[in-house]
Amino acid sequence: MLLIVTRAREGGAGKSDLELVSAARTLAGALGQEVGAAVLGADPGKTASDLARYVGTVYRVAAPELEPFRAEPFTSAVHALVERTGAQAVLVAAGRSGQSLAPRLAVRLDAPLLEDVTSLSADGGSVSATRFTYLTRVTETVRADALPVVISVKPNVFPVGEPAGAAGGVEDAPAALREGDGRVKSSDRRSAKGGRVALEDAKIVVTGGRGVGDADGFGRLVEPLADAMGAGVGATRAVVDAGWRPYAEQVGQTGKTVTPDLYLALGVSGAVQHLSGMNRSKVIVAVNKDADAPIFKVCDYGIVGDVNEVVPPLTDAVKEHRS
Amino acid sequence: MEDSVKILTILKQVPDAEARVRAQDGAVDLDGVTFVIDGMDEYGVEEALRLREGGSAAASVEEVVAVALGPQRFEEALRTALAMGADRAVHVETDAALDPVAQAQVLAAVAREEGADLILVGGKQADWDSAALGAAVAESLGWPLSDWTTELTVEGDGLRTRHDTDDGSEALELPLPAVVTTQQGLNEPRYPTLPNIMKAKRKELAKRTLEEFGAPAAKTVTVRQEIQTRERLGKLVDGEPEEAARELARLLADEAKVLS
Repeated sequence: MLLIVTRAREGGAGKSDLELVSAARTLAGALGQEVGAAVLGADPGKTASDLARYVGTVYRVAAPELEPFRAEPFTSAVHALVERTGAQAVLVAAGRSGQSLAPRLAVRLDAPLLEDVTSLSADGGSVSATRFTYLTRVTETVRADALPVVISVKPNVFPVGEPAGAAGGVEDAPAALREGDGRVKSSDRRSAKGGRVALEDAKIVVTGGRGVGDADGFGRLVEPLADAMGAGVGATRAVVDAGWRPYAEQVGQTGKTVTPDLYLALGVSGAVQHLSGMNRSKVIVAVNKDADAPIFKVCDYGIVGDVNEVVPPLTDAVKEHRS
Repeated sequence: MEDSVKILTILKQVPDAEARVRAQDGAVDLDGVTFVIDGMDEYGVEEALRLREGGSAAASVEEVVAVALGPQRFEEALRTALAMGADRAVHVETDAALDPVAQAQVLAAVAREEGADLILVGGKQADWDSAALGAAVAESLGWPLSDWTTELTVEGDGLRTRHDTDDGSEALELPLPAVVTTQQGLNEPRYPTLPNIMKAKRKELAKRTLEEFGAPAAKTVTVRQEIQTRERLGKLVDGEPEEAARELARLLADEAKVLS
């Protein structure tokens, strides 16, 4: 079995879960394995029944200690399930929780770890993956020659899987927690999600840099354009350091990596640290009054001009196109 | 647990973010590249020093030890940490290609030998773009972890932190010994002063070998490295701002087909 591991969600299975389905399917044929899923949480019912439309078997692992996510109880639960099912691969989404779960699982299973992968293939008993390295400047192919293998899958890269022909079965599995798994106590949870589309999920990202002028410039220029496009809002490190925008919006080396279809950089100079967070976008647009700004070297379309003069008519034109 | 805390701060030395990374014959060529201490790890050094200086006074810091696992050049990162104020350094010197899980096993063995209570390490390494090291060290030691940490205080025999989650942040309480991964927002790392740079030259920097810590083998192999840059159109749209903006919208809709 190739086991995808996810958390129970109130709304049921989400986009990242279905990306894991298609990532696992790319390995299923070559490894001669079927795809299964494990849903962990206080109440995994809905997410589990959603996933049963996509995979052969779904394991519901219910325990109060599995809510909210903490890496240690998750590691124990998944470890027990891998032992029980003889799973040959474990796949998790490489969000922050997945990136803390996957290494723990690899250590506990004494298994190789393929981290933050962007493609997968299997040949006999080996699994190969591509991933970005050196601040996303390099694409690396990495191979694991032993199974089981633990894989964290980069979000928003694999397509969303289609439902399978026949519905799968749903089974309960014990959480198999160890003593001490609950020692990390979580409180005061805050969601950074605003009303706007989340940066990592956005098909279009509009980012403002120092050239936007000040915090008000975001409200005047960046946000209206983002809303007209149904886009997420990003910011450069300089902008976050200046306190104009929250860290959750930072794109770049120390912030988020985004790969949207369209990335608009407004008043962004294009420091390497910023480019490493967005240079895999399909189409890049730059607006900057400095014609020598490095951002113009990586853009598909650019306007050399003042954002204050260019962005409002651009917003109007976008609204017209979309209406 | 005693009230004094021994801190290990794990460091890497990585290509400068501005450096031009090249690949030749399927492998990254780092010839002529400038190396620096990994920025994410630097927050850990700074935090260790702040804890020692009484940023949170509930526990005293016995010692701050900078640890690096890697080739000879990593010594420079350790010298930087010593110049910032770390008490001494341990360099497990090796040219072996170890993946993060194998590295974690070695670093866990160093932590056991040192009797460390708290390990600080960057949230993501800027060479392998890997966020695995902190979690793998924690699991190797059987310790709890606070990852992507933006606030940290030591209280008695535990830690209080705030850290980033998938969709926001939360406060954590965890017992020592523990691993904390550091990131931007935790602090502003200091610059070493000239007198401290001079002083650092006399601080202990112990050289150790991989074999002394069990020499685990990597379970993954890097098969190929390539620079993949997308060809960009580089089309500049001229004209008055209003006119250029309209033309840009048209290009995005009709040519690039990214506006729907």
